[in-house]
Amino acid sequence: MNILDPQGPIAAANKTILIDSVAIMLAIVVPTIVAILAFAYWFRQSNPRARYLPDFAYSGRIELVVWSIPALTIILLGGVAWIGSHELDPAVRVEGTGSPVRIQAVSLDWKWLFIYPDQRVATVNSLTVPVGAPLEFELTSASVWNVFFIPQLGSMIYTMNGMVTRLNLRADNEGDLRGLSAHFSGDGFPSMMFDVHVISPLDFPNWVANTAKTGAVLDADSYRELERQSVETGRRVYRLDNPRLFEYIATQKIPPAPGPTLTTQSAQSYLGK
Amino acid sequence: MLGKLDISAIPIDEPIPLVAGGIVLAIILAVLIWAGVKGYYPYIWREWITSVDHKRIGVMYVLLAMVMLLRGGIDAIMMRAQLAIAFHSDGLFPPQHYNQIFSAHGTIMIFFVGMPFVIGLMNLIVPLQLGVRDVAFPTLNSVGFWLTATGALLVNISLVIGEFARTGWLVFPPLSELTYSPGVGVDYYAWSLEISGIGTLVAGINLVTTVLKLRTRGMTYLRMPMFCWTTLASNLLIIAAFPILTATLTMLILDRYLGFHFFTNEAGGNSMMFMNLIWAWGHPEVYILVLPAFGIFSEVVSTFSSKALFGYRSMVLATMAICIISFMVWLHHFFTMGAGPNVNAVFGIASMIIAVPTGVKIYNWLFTMFGGRIRFDTPMMWAVGFMVTFIIGGLTGVLVAVPPADFLLHNSLFLVAHFHNVIIGAVLFGAFAGYTYWFPKAFGFRLHEGLGKAAFWFTLIGFYVTFVPLYAAGMLGMTRRMQHYDVAEWRPWMIAAGVGTILLTIGVVFQLLQLAVSIRHRDELRDATGDPWDGRSLEWATSSPPPVFNFAVMPNVTGEDAYWTIKSKARQQGLQAREPDYRDIEMPRNSPTGFVCAFFATVMGFALIWHIWWMVILGLVGAFATFVVFAWRDHDEYVIPADEVARIDRANLAERQAAVNAAESPA
Amino acid sequence: MTDAALAHGHADPHHLGGLQDSALGHEGPASKRIVTGYGFWIFLLSDIVMFSCFFAAFAVLHGQTAGGPSGAELFDLKSVAAETAFLLLSSFACGLASIAADVRNARWYQTAMAVTGVLGLCFLALEAREFASLVARGAGPTRSAFLTSFFTLVGCHGLHVSAGILWLLTMMAQVYAKGFRADILRRLLCFALFWHALDIIWVAIFSMVYLLGSAV
Repeated sequence: MNILDPQGPIAAANKTILIDSVAIMLAIVVPTIVAILAFAYWFRQSNPRARYLPDFAYSGRIELVVWSIPALTIILLGGVAWIGSHELDPAVRVEGTGSPVRIQAVSLDWKWLFIYPDQRVATVNSLTVPVGAPLEFELTSASVWNVFFIPQLGSMIYTMNGMVTRLNLRADNEGDLRGLSAHFSGDGFPSMMFDVHVISPLDFPNWVANTAKTGAVLDADSYRELERQSVETGRRVYRLDNPRLFEYIATQKIPPAPGPTLTTQSAQSYLGK
Repeated sequence: MLGKLDISAIPIDEPIPLVAGGIVLAIILAVLIWAGVKGYYPYIWREWITSVDHKRIGVMYVLLAMVMLLRGGIDAIMMRAQLAIAFHSDGLFPPQHYNQIFSAHGTIMIFFVGMPFVIGLMNLIVPLQLGVRDVAFPTLNSVGFWLTATGALLVNISLVIGEFARTGWLVFPPLSELTYSPGVGVDYYAWSLEISGIGTLVAGINLVTTVLKLRTRGMTYLRMPMFCWTTLASNLLIIAAFPILTATLTMLILDRYLGFHFFTNEAGGNSMMFMNLIWAWGHPEVYILVLPAFGIFSEVVSTFSSKALFGYRSMVLATMAICIISFMVWLHHFFTMGAGPNVNAVFGIASMIIAVPTGVKIYNWLFTMFGGRIRFDTPMMWAVGFMVTFIIGGLTGVLVAVPPADFLLHNSLFLVAHFHNVIIGAVLFGAFAGYTYWFPKAFGFRLHEGLGKAAFWFTLIGFYVTFVPLYAAGMLGMTRRMQHYDVAEWRPWMIAAGVGTILLTIGVVFQLLQLAVSIRHRDELRDATGDPWDGRSLEWATSSPPPVFNFAVMPNVTGEDAYWTIKSKARQQGLQAREPDYRDIEMPRNSPTGFVCAFFATVMGFALIWHIWWMVILGLVGAFATFVVFAWRDHDEYVIPADEVARIDRANLAERQAAVNAAESPA
Repeated sequence: MTDAALAHGHADPHHLGGLQDSALGHEGPASKRIVTGYGFWIFLLSDIVMFSCFFAAFAVLHGQTAGGPSGAELFDLKSVAAETAFLLLSSFACGLASIAADVRNARWYQTAMAVTGVLGLCFLALEAREFASLVARGAGPTRSAFLTSFFTLVGCHGLHVSAGILWLLTMMAQVYAKGFRADILRRLLCFALFWHALDIIWVAIFSMVYLLGSAV
């Protein structure tokens, strides 16, 4: 899950900006830290060789320099930020080989539901994608906020009920990655980690076909079961009954998922109604 | 009858909060009994609880902060212990507990450690530096302190009656709405901060009015010490930002109590609006904390370098620039919410721009040291430690201000390390520097140097050993607020951070030890000169501790570094000051208003949390009655006659002269 | 405490003899009246910041009617006009009370304050009536985010007016019991500032919420 080991172009670009920004700043920061320690050491009271300049409290030239150094650094970094923000806007389509794969991600308490509307399948806590293809994510939440994040593929984005966020990624190497939620969402939050399987584009249709063979159907009842607050240990798969399920969740046609039911005895009365 | 409250609110089946609560209660009882047996109650009531003296109130603020530092620190120890252990396991604390622990940790550290510490130091010192007798509104000052204490009390009561919020320290909806947080935890949080927020606002109004309207003769704005400028900037921010917190928490409370729809998922509520509002408060808040710390360092670096502060005017400019720009950057806390590239880039750039005046300050401190004769007493150690540590924190801050970088680092442990880097590096180090620097002024004896240096080194090294691993874990994708994890790469860093926490704890232990030892050896550590560090500003012109009226005659200021000018002139001309023309002095009378008002506020807060409506009304009536009683008093000041003033002042001057003579005469 | 006598503060505690308010250089701390007034202005600014948040929430949420009624369907502008008249007149009466205090005329002061209070109560009565009728029509604050923000913004102002009336009664009682003492006059200054500020906020409310809200 190392962000310095990108497995896709978005993550690679994010990482480049990160490293470049740090390098630019270190060029200023390291000499400054050295100067701080050097001055502190040299001008210590017990050093007879240091000159005491009690009235040295102003210098126009030094002022010019100390205002300019941070200003120039910030202008440079500001340019990086402006260009980077536009090029790496999550909503911007990513180029790739093969046809784009649409994935609709729904964060529930406390699991991820990934709906493949074009393939008519859905998975829980497991994402399978073909190498090199543009991945077009639409995201929402069934209840509280979460953040969808695959560190080695790049940019994270919030998921919020009643709203749709968009993210575009691409995975460039076959293998297994991991993702997680990066916004605390309650008691089961740590379990919101999910697997990412990046497979060959030739294998992808096979995976779809195999998944579609499952007996489990994602319909109103099975969705309602998913909505309940629980932690998922397995990796369930479904056939998708209604291709508009995501739209119904995102527009609140299916109302937001319910909160906690009373569990422990000691919680009973002070949890209120 | 008692609303939602019944016996099940006490966590009888949860050993840790029960034991913790029991220990705290036992300590409190022990202290109360000891004070009673020794007969201290009348003294404590008369001289501290009902005091409206800014010096006393300042000390009480700092005391509150230090006690709450222990509570927040213990939360931190529990968190780091949990994360060192909870690899493929549930660790020491199940989620329901762990989530309260980190929420309480953040809430307490920001609101009940950081804020009281800086407000306490500002209260204690600013009137002295301005050459005046007290702040603008002394009784209101007392009210502000006691309301802050009320907030702290309520948060701590949640440990043993009910629960605390389980949402993180900023209670984001929809998680914090009633649907997903049906317990009383979020209510404890909200009411506690509504009440202490009033206290903070009151302090803000007080200090701004004091700096702008109450300075001694001759002290124009550009002759004020740097600490007073940063006090002004910080308190302007309090006035502009804290009402936003009040309004936002009110909206959440209305959602939770009356079924309103500000932030709910249903009926058109907008949870993104909470994000915007809370961070519109939240970002200025961190500058409220850091600006006074900058001011402390300006005082410390210049005093211990025996040089005037370099670039005073650009420091003032930089301070006010930070003050204004801090209101324009709030969106950098949620770049990943999807506002689009233009909005993200603008706020990112604005966030970087704030690094410019901050960098200028660092360079000005650097050049203050240049050509100085630096003495490395403990406050100066904190200053140098701060300068190095804060720059690194600033670097990581500017890094996450670049939206594409933030897209990888938002909410990760990298971010957690960044903000601890700047808060510990600047605010905590500044608080300890100010505490060590001004302790002699407040109490008349110094703190033990050796133990202070030990505290510094353990804290400095402990900080790096704790938080550098967190930077690494963040780079490895670990996010914050995880109660357990199963990623093997993260584990060694969690263990390393746990070791660092032990070092930090030892640092805090040394701080406490330093205080205890210093009190025991206070006669050897006595400072009778009032000026143990060869200071430059007016607080060092008074005795230590100063008399209740601060200055027998308010000084006439003719330049920057007011006291240094007085001393230099005196040394040059070999003069002892002519005896001033003593007059009667009117000082504000003590009042129990603050304490009583806070008592009713506690009652109200508790009642609101537990839905005990009759008790709420009782509290409201009581609070109003308190104010009416206060308004009805006929004597709000008392007079110290001129000869009494003269007697006190002559005694102080004589003591100072004797100490100076003893120091200068050959052994 | 030393052997000191009790006193109540007079305006020139630092014996500066009026020099302190000069604009030249810096003559020392300002007088109590100036300091009190200044501090209270700052408090009013902070209160306005708080109101701004409720205005902002209203701006964000005013379109979120969740299928329910909108402002145009709900607002009774005649009632709003009457409320405005009551509040503006009460501000005028409050001004008269300030003048009466300046000339130390207790009878006119009490009369003007009473009128201020009565007019304020009329304002509150009309507002309460409006709120009750909205709730009765199923357009209460829990109906939609728009109504939530409307009730909160207008209600917050109404709460401030209520607190103001409590303060007004207290000030009437203070003058009755103690006369026009310096500290009571300072409190009166603050009360008047508060009352007039509420008026200004009401102008913003009826413009942004009622007038603009009805047009949309």
